[in-house]
Amino acid sequence: MQLIECPWCGPREEVEFHYGGQAHVPYPDAPAEVSDEEWAHYVFFRDNTKGRFAERWCHSAGCRRWFNAVRDTTTYRFERVQRLDDPEPHATEPARARRSTAS
Amino acid sequence: MTSPFRTAEGGRIDRGTTLEFTFDGQTHTGHPGDTLASALLASGRHQVATSVKLGRPRGIAAAWAEDPGGLVQIEEPFPEPMLLATTVELHDGLVAHGLPGQGRLAEISDSARYDAVHHHVDVLVVGAGPAGLTAALTAARSGARVALVDEQSEAGGSLLGGTDRLDDAPALEWVAAAVAELAGHPEVLHLQRTTAFGSYDDGFVLALERRTDHLGTAAPRHVSRQRVWRLRARSVVVATGAHERPVVFADNDRPGTMLAGAARTFLHRYGVLPGRQAVVFTTNDSAYDAALDLHRAGVAVEAVVDARPAGSPRREECERAGIRVLSGAVVTATQGVERVTHALVAPFVDGQVGAGSAIACDLLLVSGGWNPAVHLFSQARGRLRYDEALGAFLPAEELDRLSVTGAAAGVLDLAGCLADGQRVARAALTALAVAPPGEDRLPTAPEPVVPAAPLVLWRVPDTSGADGNTSFVDLQRDATVADIARAVGAGLRSIEHIKRYTTIGTAHDQGKTSGVLASGITAELLGVPVQATGTTTFRPPYTPVAFAALAGRDRGRLFDPERVTSLHDWHVAAGAVFEDVGQWKRPRHYPRPGEDMETAVLRECAAARTGVGILDGSTLGKIDVQGPDAAVLLDRLYTNMMSSLKVGSVRYGVMCGVDGMVIDDGTVLRLAEDRFLLLTTTGGAAKVLDWMEEWAQTEWPDLRVHCTSVTEQWNTFPVVGPRSRDVIGALFPQVDVANEAFPFMTWRDTALDGVPVRLARISFSGELAFEVYVNPWYGVAVWERLLEAGRPYGITPYGTETMHVLRAEKGYPIIGQDTDGTVTPHDLGMAWAVSKKKPDFVGKRSFARQANQDPLRKQLVGLLPVDRRTVLPEGSQIVELHPDGQLPPPPVPMLGHVTSSYRSAELARPFALALVKGGRSRIGDTVHVPVNGTLVPAEVTGSVLVDPEGARRDG
Amino acid sequence: MAELLGTHPLEAWSTALERLPDTVGITVEPFVAMAVVRLGAVGAAASEALGADLPTMPNTWAQHGTGRAVWLGPDEWLLSSTTETPEELEGRIRAAVLPLGGSATDVSAQRIGLRLTGARLRDVLAKGCSIDLHPRVFGRGSSAQTLLGQAGVVLLALSGAGDDFVVLVRSSFAGYLADWLLDAALEFTPTHDS
Repeated sequence: MQLIECPWCGPREEVEFHYGGQAHVPYPDAPAEVSDEEWAHYVFFRDNTKGRFAERWCHSAGCRRWFNAVRDTTTYRFERVQRLDDPEPHATEPARARRSTAS
Repeated sequence: MTSPFRTAEGGRIDRGTTLEFTFDGQTHTGHPGDTLASALLASGRHQVATSVKLGRPRGIAAAWAEDPGGLVQIEEPFPEPMLLATTVELHDGLVAHGLPGQGRLAEISDSARYDAVHHHVDVLVVGAGPAGLTAALTAARSGARVALVDEQSEAGGSLLGGTDRLDDAPALEWVAAAVAELAGHPEVLHLQRTTAFGSYDDGFVLALERRTDHLGTAAPRHVSRQRVWRLRARSVVVATGAHERPVVFADNDRPGTMLAGAARTFLHRYGVLPGRQAVVFTTNDSAYDAALDLHRAGVAVEAVVDARPAGSPRREECERAGIRVLSGAVVTATQGVERVTHALVAPFVDGQVGAGSAIACDLLLVSGGWNPAVHLFSQARGRLRYDEALGAFLPAEELDRLSVTGAAAGVLDLAGCLADGQRVARAALTALAVAPPGEDRLPTAPEPVVPAAPLVLWRVPDTSGADGNTSFVDLQRDATVADIARAVGAGLRSIEHIKRYTTIGTAHDQGKTSGVLASGITAELLGVPVQATGTTTFRPPYTPVAFAALAGRDRGRLFDPERVTSLHDWHVAAGAVFEDVGQWKRPRHYPRPGEDMETAVLRECAAARTGVGILDGSTLGKIDVQGPDAAVLLDRLYTNMMSSLKVGSVRYGVMCGVDGMVIDDGTVLRLAEDRFLLLTTTGGAAKVLDWMEEWAQTEWPDLRVHCTSVTEQWNTFPVVGPRSRDVIGALFPQVDVANEAFPFMTWRDTALDGVPVRLARISFSGELAFEVYVNPWYGVAVWERLLEAGRPYGITPYGTETMHVLRAEKGYPIIGQDTDGTVTPHDLGMAWAVSKKKPDFVGKRSFARQANQDPLRKQLVGLLPVDRRTVLPEGSQIVELHPDGQLPPPPVPMLGHVTSSYRSAELARPFALALVKGGRSRIGDTVHVPVNGTLVPAEVTGSVLVDPEGARRDG
Repeated sequence: MAELLGTHPLEAWSTALERLPDTVGITVEPFVAMAVVRLGAVGAAASEALGADLPTMPNTWAQHGTGRAVWLGPDEWLLSSTTETPEELEGRIRAAVLPLGGSATDVSAQRIGLRLTGARLRDVLAKGCSIDLHPRVFGRGSSAQTLLGQAGVVLLALSGAGDDFVVLVRSSFAGYLADWLLDAALEFTPTHDS
């Protein structure tokens, strides 16, 4: 049973958390204006990274806050967790740029 | 029966008390402190069972969980299969028998209790041998929170099976003092009979405590029999000792063949002589202790057979005692049937076996060296390295939060274990920023005789003619050297593949004695270094754990929480039959005496359609949404427009995922300009709240809106039917219930005896209906007042089955029953609930995807079985016949499936809802539904079968 | 007309709970008004409007007037009042925080409270609660939203000795949790049935 550090509540057992998939996949500004292909990328496509991966988590059995994390998908280690309102720049951006859906 | 092999004195058994037990139908005696194995050995019995595949006699070969032979089935006090005689503590009335490999589960339910406890410590020490006890003392003396767990019935580890001395006194006196000191530290938890069986992330260790097994029938019923400790440690110290390793030779499985250290344990701990006439076969010095101790206890030790040409510095000691030592010799095979009668001994020079001779014996002790018990370290993903000198795998790295000490780290002498335990504990404390204790004296151990280097010998070449087919590597699986040779011959190279091919290490002991042997023999056969072969992956559990223990308290009524509304007791008293809706218990129907469900539901439906019925709808999810941007959030998440809803009004809404598929539906009450009350489906309550929070927090944090669950804050009682206005009007005379004053899809606040009540004109049945909302503190009282007010109209409580019939007759879908995550609002015929004015909402963009424009998408339609009799089973497939009336050839194309199906009082026939490809274009067609092997014709209709004009909702 | 009678979801458990020894005492807290308050900016203005400070440290609670204020999240608290009706509490808080961009929702019936007292109570909780309840870690004024058994709970420490807690649980789970607690307390109960 892994411990996950909630940026608010501190370390809690992983069963208290809900996984929210890849972080930094914003809802398109104007969905009506993107192509079917671009929209499909937004809806269905996510990176499948081996190694450091920027993710969203929610402390669903606790304070119900969403937060960002960088986790190594090979070791499961959380390298960093960060509040959504953290004034610091989000160090949770993945090392390489996310595939552009517009390309 | 007597115990002819019991020593006259000594051992850690209570000789003053005699226990009686039955094994294989025979009565035996033993003493508290015995295991089933030691008591059997005391009676002279070695063979316990026959082997799983070959039926060969097998006996007790070790003294604890590493024993591959002594598998038993317990019958009394409670049937339990696949236990080891070596780990079953003896108690009065125990009934057991030997197991040929496989056991039998109890056919009655286990009435014992099981539980789990979470415990947090700074330092967890696993193993109460010399290294573990020292580590625990050091940690405890620092004031840290400490747990010490050990699998045996008492502390001491290897000291229990020996004659070691510390500070010029028996070492067990030091053990007793250490245990007493630990008991005096308030922050120390010390558990015996507790096996740490799994080591996981972040210092999490699971341990199984056997709390009452040793008490037998005297076990208290209110105490859990076994407990899973969920230990969370900032630092884990693994002091789990080492397992002695056998050497493989022909017929090495005969009862009477035993690990040398185990024989010492049986002698010193249990006061049992495992034989009268012994041969000791070894590759290292440790077995000399066994030879000398058994000799002193009166066993005739015929020879020590040492595979090393130079033998041991302890040879002289043996010879002084009159024990013959044969250096540069091996045991090549055994003779005997149910018990070893002879060991065949031969010279062993440069790996070649010479001509041998038989030495008579009833006990053959074997030692091939020691395997550190690195299981917990390896489970925590610690890397192992092969140590050439020890012939064993050792931890190859330091892990964060987990360290290994003592024999588990390859330290095999007593003084070394004590010093290492202290060193490791101090390092762990320092890493935790806890000051190690100042006063921390170690007891003095006698200077050990410097041992000669052990010889690494996995197997003796088979000169018996059996070609390795009786040279057992894994006794539990009857897997031999020949099996490994076949695996290698078949081209397998990876030890993981060889494990699966030969099954070595897959039995209940998970390879405690066989794993490293298999690696060594495989490496030999492949001609590669043992390091290159490596070990198979160590996985939890270290020893078998009963499912009952893992389930703990979560069984029976506590298996899954039962959620109930405030009216539950009323429903029970009213004779309701309940159904599970998620975790909720909801009344399905309220049968009257003599009624079955069908009759009750027809009666309840008729009441709601012609008179008045009442439902406990309190399980519906409810979410309070507040803030200046509340309407904006709802506009973005519902397919329809919510911002235009007037205060005092109600609107039905649908929510979709970004893929455009329906995820939930319900009604929305606008309570104020900045406040809404959302109703969700019973099962969707938590999901919808999470969904709203996810968007509000992660995507639109600028919106000033807050969502709060109020599911349990409100009872919801739909009062349904043409007479509902009379009932509501009678109970709330201050409310003008006329249609013009209180129109459909509006709500009004009122009160009953000072208790606030909200009324809403919402209908999930198509009938005139009022939903009554009240704080559940007063739920039963208001419900009973509604029943009282409805009595003149025959008000009838109805359950979920009737609710389903009523809504299905109107074509109202249940999300999750009539939909499956691939259904759009348009598929449900709900284009009317999809706003065309809003520029965007979640899911909108996906509606334009090509796949969602396909006219052959499955659409919700009604089905009327033509025979007017058959209730089509929900989930049935729907097929279409060729124009000639024949089924198309297989695979028969499936058009869709039945999603809801009921008998209708209103229609006087059964009907169904179904998702059918291009369903709306098939209205009027006949399709077929296979039911019990026959094709039932059904007419496709629109989904609304009752009152399609909606004339009834206003009464 | 007769006054409406309130019914507590754990009425049927009262006898079983009363039989528990003092070492594992469980009593049902009476109904009190409770409201969730959401407020982004906590400061002097909020304290003045509410008449008391809201605890800003995660996992804490504080006395708040006649009731309690429990930290539920960075902008979320659970307030209770023993002297107001649910409507009065929601009305007062809502009026106070609306000008500050906040909101308030009556949740009086959403949860029920159980008072857990006694020397062995921490051992009972440890059977189903994964967080560390040692008084050094979870002392007076601590709170946690976590799982107890399979129920989500809000747990409050009322003493510094680890022997006095309040557990708040969703009303629909109250029966489950009471059953769970009675089962977990059984080994500390001298007069047990089985």
